[in-house]
Amino acid sequence: MIGIIDYGMGNLFSVSKALERLGVDYKIGDRPQALGACDGYILPGVGAFPDAMKALQEHGFIDFIKDKVAEGVPVYGICLGMQLLFESSEEGGLTEGLGLFPGTISRFPGMDDQGRSYKVPHMGWNQLEIHQPDKPLMTDVKEDHVYFVHSFVVKTDDPSILYATSDYHMEVPAIIGRENLVASQFHPEKSGTAGMQLLENFCKVMCKQ
Amino acid sequence: MLSKRIIPCLDVKEGRVVKGIQFVDIRDAGDPVELAKVYDEQGADELVFLDISASHEGKKTMIDVVRSVASELAIPFTVGGGIRTLEDIKETLRNGADKVSLNSSAVKRPALITEGADYFGSQCIVVAIDAKYDEEAANWRVYTHGGRTPTDWLVTDWAKEAVKLGAGEILLTSMNKDGEKSGFDLPLLKAVLEVVNVPVIASGGAGSSEHFYDVFTEAEADAALAASIFHYKETSVQNVKAYLKEKGVPVR
Repeated sequence: MIGIIDYGMGNLFSVSKALERLGVDYKIGDRPQALGACDGYILPGVGAFPDAMKALQEHGFIDFIKDKVAEGVPVYGICLGMQLLFESSEEGGLTEGLGLFPGTISRFPGMDDQGRSYKVPHMGWNQLEIHQPDKPLMTDVKEDHVYFVHSFVVKTDDPSILYATSDYHMEVPAIIGRENLVASQFHPEKSGTAGMQLLENFCKVMCKQ
Repeated sequence: MLSKRIIPCLDVKEGRVVKGIQFVDIRDAGDPVELAKVYDEQGADELVFLDISASHEGKKTMIDVVRSVASELAIPFTVGGGIRTLEDIKETLRNGADKVSLNSSAVKRPALITEGADYFGSQCIVVAIDAKYDEEAANWRVYTHGGRTPTDWLVTDWAKEAVKLGAGEILLTSMNKDGEKSGFDLPLLKAVLEVVNVPVIASGGAGSSEHFYDVFTEAEADAALAASIFHYKETSVQNVKAYLKEKGVPVR
């Protein structure tokens, strides 16, 4: 059983339908009590970082997520759900995150090293560059294109958590992981074959569904 | 490197695709979900569904279409047509659409763009602009209500304003080129691409693979949308992409 964390900020419909296509059982809960003992959790997210942290707090999910990660239960953060796992974000003023991954979130500079401007958001299909193919989450994942749509990006000094990156005028962390805590900047449920493979790996390889 | 996107557009009325789409290999050519699947298999990067229903029931049916598409496909899609309030935006996105496209309603009440962007983020808000060249002004003018109503806005000014208000993408349709199949309106696209720093989807005029090449290389559009050349099978998404790839344009 996969628990989808509902704190009012996600496109839960698409991700839950993707799990149905994979034949994986899931439940959606907006309180920790409703999501007690699942084999793994998905933390989705669309919207702004400060609103999301506030909503997680109000729904009582902050300690819940931290406890589950400490217990070694697999957790997958998607999009904003990935960014929330880091230390802080500068979106809408500096906001503290869950601090489960080392690094911070900041806006794409919109200008490269040579002073040329580029577009923000980073929107569209971009190719994965895989750095750690032997992680369970990365089983059979190829260097395909996945669909990005974001204006804020992860900055981290710890390359050991970078499973895959993508190039958009800078190295964009695309798939992140450390032990049973994993995440992707893109929506796997909207990223074709590679995305569905990731979701399947999370549910079947990591959560043994 | 980011790929250039090819986006088929489907007009939906009362839950059915209109414009006599000629796919012999599917059972029900009027079913938006069946067609969406065909385009997904062909390698479409995104889809746009434009709801042209007039009735209240038709609008409700559109939400069912959105749910079905989101249930069965793993590519992003945008829904436009008749989205007038923040509640409409919420309902569309919560049922599985990735973006909403705002046109006349945004011109009428520009604050709608900001309301949507504040709630869901700019990346969910596409502003669609119907542009027609105005000889007198020697510039392009914004039209609303399916191209029937001229406004006071010049296209470049409205595009800039829309982005300032929170639009994350511009869907730019040339009314002069629409249906002509003589190529995209490159001067119009260049004029808008010069003044905004968000992705621009070119629309109106696609007639061949070369036209897609031109719009990506000469005008540097981020994505290109077409309806009839795909619907009537004059070419397919995979043909266009194969052509672009051979010419060195990055595609998925």
